[in-house]
Amino acid sequence: MTGIEAQVQQPYKYGFVTDIESDVVPPGLSEDVVRLISAKKGEPAWMVDWRLKAYRNWLKMDEPHWPNVQYGPIDYQAISYYAAPKKLPKLDSLDQVDPKLVATFEKLGIPIEEQKRLTGVAVDAVFDSVSVATTFQAELAKYGVIFCPISEAIRKHPELVQKYLGTVVPHNDNFFAALNTAVFTDGSFVYVPKGVRCPMELSTYFRINASSTGQFERTLIIADEGSYVSYLEGCSAPMRDENQLHAAVVELVALGNATIKYSTIQNWYPGDEEGKGGIYNFVTKRGKCAGKNSKISWTQVETGSAITWKYPGCILQGDNSIGEFYSVAVTSRRQQADTGTKMIHLGKNTRSTIVSKGISAGRGQNTYRGLVKIMKGAEDARNYSQCDSMLIGDQCGAHTFPYIDVRNSSAIMEHEASTSKIGEDQIFYLRQRGLSAEDAVSMIVNGFCKEVFKELPMEFAVEATRLLGISLEGSVG
Amino acid sequence: MLEVRGLHVAVNGTEILRGVDLTVKTGEVHAIMGPNGSGKSTLAQVLAGHPAYTVTSGTATYEGKDLLALKPEERAREGLFLAFQYPVEIRGITNSYFLRSAVNAIRKHRGQEELDPLDFLQVLEDKLKEIGWDDTLMNRPVNEGFSGGEKKRNEILQLAVLEPRLALLDETDSGLDIDALKTVAQAVNKLRAPDRSFVIVTHYQRLLNFIKPDVVHVLADGRIVKSGGPELAHELEAKGYDWLRAGAMVS
Repeated sequence: MTGIEAQVQQPYKYGFVTDIESDVVPPGLSEDVVRLISAKKGEPAWMVDWRLKAYRNWLKMDEPHWPNVQYGPIDYQAISYYAAPKKLPKLDSLDQVDPKLVATFEKLGIPIEEQKRLTGVAVDAVFDSVSVATTFQAELAKYGVIFCPISEAIRKHPELVQKYLGTVVPHNDNFFAALNTAVFTDGSFVYVPKGVRCPMELSTYFRINASSTGQFERTLIIADEGSYVSYLEGCSAPMRDENQLHAAVVELVALGNATIKYSTIQNWYPGDEEGKGGIYNFVTKRGKCAGKNSKISWTQVETGSAITWKYPGCILQGDNSIGEFYSVAVTSRRQQADTGTKMIHLGKNTRSTIVSKGISAGRGQNTYRGLVKIMKGAEDARNYSQCDSMLIGDQCGAHTFPYIDVRNSSAIMEHEASTSKIGEDQIFYLRQRGLSAEDAVSMIVNGFCKEVFKELPMEFAVEATRLLGISLEGSVG
Repeated sequence: MLEVRGLHVAVNGTEILRGVDLTVKTGEVHAIMGPNGSGKSTLAQVLAGHPAYTVTSGTATYEGKDLLALKPEERAREGLFLAFQYPVEIRGITNSYFLRSAVNAIRKHRGQEELDPLDFLQVLEDKLKEIGWDDTLMNRPVNEGFSGGEKKRNEILQLAVLEPRLALLDETDSGLDIDALKTVAQAVNKLRAPDRSFVIVTHYQRLLNFIKPDVVHVLADGRIVKSGGPELAHELEAKGYDWLRAGAMVS
């Protein structure tokens, strides 16, 4: 096939470095480092103990090597586990944020200054290991909605944190979750009280800046009975030759009749054309539909990272609860992704929907791995899974590993899968109508992803479409 | 409008066109007929710039420009349109979005303002009225799940909206029943204009019962072996192609 081989990528747009004075803990991991991080955060004794318990467990665990990805060994002693800008604002006074930080987020399209805030979207901006600003906190407080850095929640709302933290992803859940529990530094905390529909989109933007550091954030979202919240996270990092580790944990709890919609637009630095540098995105995300009629919906658009390893899942405990997973994962250059979901049906009449779209270009390798498990007590459970792969060029790969475990014979399962290749004839058809080759590919890919994009909040659907265009730019010669 | 001289074309190293000469004047309708495998579709594809075909020698001039030097999208924006024999499906993209993108790519090239969805809807309605069709295809994904007839109708609708100067119709009649054929032919007739030329590639004479060509060419073994008026099509219908092929080999 002529024409669809050339691979020239547009440079990563968010690869700049902010020159800012940072407080960095020397590389290495030990009980002392765990205690130091906890002390820097001013945490209570129960947090330190929990972190240490996780750390001791982690020491006995092995890094997982079952994912369909390849990388050299990670030296956990060469990573710095804490980096924070020195000049941090005092609480509730955004004016004191270092102008360099404000400028950084502005450049990323995330205004945190009062007068420039995105209307209708509250933002928590996390820079390396700490949250630097959270907008609209006062406005949200009027509705009883708590939206703050998790370090602040540990101090101000210990009863909520203690009740829910670690209940969805236990401290010893897996190697990276245990590591995160031991060393997590910040992230977002959300609590939506009973019967409240959160009046705006909540959003966290994660930025890695310092070199030789990892980012270990922790997010906890609790939707109390009958409440609704829509939350979105975005992320980016400078271009560096080294691989940086990002091991996050996200826990969602939806109580009776509550709905959580969680969207991710992941754009970590993917590494260069030869596979040098880029973020290792090893993330554990899980939601629990704890109450009856609750619903958790994950939507992810994954275009960045050298390696992605994540399976946002749902534990459908409450009767009639609903879990959804909509995913677009793009691998180009030499990116590798092993991503999918886990739907665990426990309650009666629980339903789950999985729509996964994998796009591979360049020398990218894209794997869908999904588990649907119907437990004994889950009468009349239903699952619908659809996994579509698209290949651009002939040096990339797409792989699908669906796992289905049904222990109740009343379950109804549907699984559909397809693999397609953007063909020269498709591109030629669009070019014959006047579209450039780039626009043709972008149109075909966007059409392919449509079922997922329509799940994104409006403001971000546009961003996702644009991002996809950039990631694949130059995939067609 | 179009001047093709000594065109030789190969695909995967096999020569398919072996010196085609063709002159199409502004406003004329030309029919290109010929047996299967004679190179009719290749000629249409190569004029539109399909990258799978290699021009080994010869020239093609379109409105004074070197057609072969232009990219496919540049040819389209300059007013060359190909109605495909096998239109492709594009998942998740509505026909109206697709067509508006195409219209705007062409308008942009002409230095005209791009149409917003409402303006486009108006243009579309006017065109549908002009060719006497209902809008039943616009909100469906491009060609997805379309019947053979709907696909061909969709090609002609695109032709109507994009208003090309030169329209190439590649076996638009294939796979159509007589009613669908009439519908398509009537629309094409309405789109005939003094400043628009057509090159209609067809295997059968029946399409030409409805669309009257000015000139009929017979393409056999990669060359145009005979040209004439509309009566040539009837002669072919009666006698088949073999007598011409034999002639081609002799000459």
